[in-house]
Amino acid sequence: MDKSDFVAFMGPSGSGKTTLLNLLGGLDVPTRGNITVAGDEITHMSGHKLTEWRARHVGFVFQMYNLIPVLTAFQNVELPLLLTKLSKAQRRNHVETALGVVGLADRMSHYPRQLSGGQEQRVAIARAIVADPTFLLCDEPTGDLDRQSADEIMALIERLVREYGKTVLMVTHDPVVARRAGTTLHLEKGVLVESAEPERVAAGGRHEI
Amino acid sequence: MKFRRLIFANLFRKKIRLLLTIGSFAVALFLFSFLAVVRDAFSRGADIASADRLFVINRTSIINPIPLSYRDKMLRIPGVKMVTHDNWFGGVYQDEKNFFPQFVVDPENQRQVFPELIVSDEEWANFLKDRQGAIVGVRTAERFGWKIGDRIPLKATIWGAGNWEFNIDGFYHGKRPQDDETQFWMQWDFFQEHVPDALKGQVGWYIVRVDSPDDAVRVAKNIDAEFANSPFETKTETESAFAASWVKQFGNIRFLILSIGTVVFFTLLLVTGNTMAISVRERTAELAVFKAIGYSDRKVLFFVLAESLAIAIVGGLLGLLLAGLAIPVLANALNGMLPQLVLAPSVFALGFMTALAVGLASGLLPGLGAMRLQIVNALRRI
Repeated sequence: MDKSDFVAFMGPSGSGKTTLLNLLGGLDVPTRGNITVAGDEITHMSGHKLTEWRARHVGFVFQMYNLIPVLTAFQNVELPLLLTKLSKAQRRNHVETALGVVGLADRMSHYPRQLSGGQEQRVAIARAIVADPTFLLCDEPTGDLDRQSADEIMALIERLVREYGKTVLMVTHDPVVARRAGTTLHLEKGVLVESAEPERVAAGGRHEI
Repeated sequence: MKFRRLIFANLFRKKIRLLLTIGSFAVALFLFSFLAVVRDAFSRGADIASADRLFVINRTSIINPIPLSYRDKMLRIPGVKMVTHDNWFGGVYQDEKNFFPQFVVDPENQRQVFPELIVSDEEWANFLKDRQGAIVGVRTAERFGWKIGDRIPLKATIWGAGNWEFNIDGFYHGKRPQDDETQFWMQWDFFQEHVPDALKGQVGWYIVRVDSPDDAVRVAKNIDAEFANSPFETKTETESAFAASWVKQFGNIRFLILSIGTVVFFTLLLVTGNTMAISVRERTAELAVFKAIGYSDRKVLFFVLAESLAIAIVGGLLGLLLAGLAIPVLANALNGMLPQLVLAPSVFALGFMTALAVGLASGLLPGLGAMRLQIVNALRRI
């Protein structure tokens, strides 16, 4: 896939969608084969190198938002930046920009418990993009949201791809959500079986993951 | 430090649990300080003993007397610089609860043999002129509100009966904070006038000052050899050994206190270790997120250790502060039943270091668990 692609992975439970996402994000290691992401061969990276690589290249969005409940929205979004050498003022600037992009500039000092599910997920997205990663990995980003909130989140992700050139890989069960992606790949038992853009699937139609 | 806010936010996540854990540290450190102070008080005699002083007692027991005539014989032994003697008076002031040590001293040599106990020249001169005079340690004087010129009755319990009356001629204070400032000194001559004839000319023990501490052991042997096979054989020890054997009469205080202290800290370690383990387990998913977004294993370990150390520091300092406030009150309440209780800087430092060690140890296992956490497995547990 190319830069600024928006790819959705669909498939039944146990098909390997999340495993694929974890492998691409350097959270898990394959039993065999190699993984090259954004030019980096990550399969044999040491734990420390892989951690640094994740911090630089990957933004994660989880189904359950996974915000830190004792930190405000601002502080949650600031977390990835604490690992950088940015000054306090620069960090503030970045966080305000990220929260502005997701439309929560007025909720910076709110704690997660003071936000709706949709707002929490938007804070999580702000946290994922604040360090300007190479790509975003979204694992069921709308799985815990009502339809309206899910639409808002998907609109936000589309905007990140369209306006900010982000590359997004998303796992979802929801066909409505998957249709918002530029490409939809179907997985079954760890095997890529179908693509919504046939020309992008190599000849043979089946790719073992 | 940019992670300070994060560490504090996590600390205050469960306020009641935090308070209880800090309270455990505070109580343990308070108890530790008190036990250490008691241990210090018992062993202080040995700790502050002068290396050039020897104590000579009757070989049978300290309650058996030694003749006054031994003084001159001791002075002839090479290496002996000066000799003084004491008797235990053991009187009661108003009520038996008002205990303080009372000694019959030899005014000629008392100040030279115990130079660390300071009496002004003027007060000492008044004491020498007054056969019923007394010199009192400042702590005892403060305790009973005594002033110079006050007349103090002591009811005799060992040396006959009835009240013996003394005039306060002066006060002494110690050069060092650990010095005993509770003693009451009275004159040998006055004592001799009032004891029954059969007890005259007998001292409780001698204190010998030697020319050089290096000679102490040799001189001690020579003193005992001098009086071997006499009706009053002697046992001579350095002041330090004498003080240590005195403490042994109360049992193995050191072992007792060490045992209690160990149990207290081991319990504290289990309590705080359990608390930290629960705290980390509750945050498994959060820790996985930290690692996913780029926090290294070491940083995760650092966060857990920083939390347990912060609890240990706050709780430890609180306990030591409480001890600092309570020990003088307890010392007064005990009315001299225990030797002077002083929270020495070394006890404070040892308590603080122990708190840090417990804090570190209690956070280590949960921290290592958090460090080794597999992100994928942890996220799957949500």
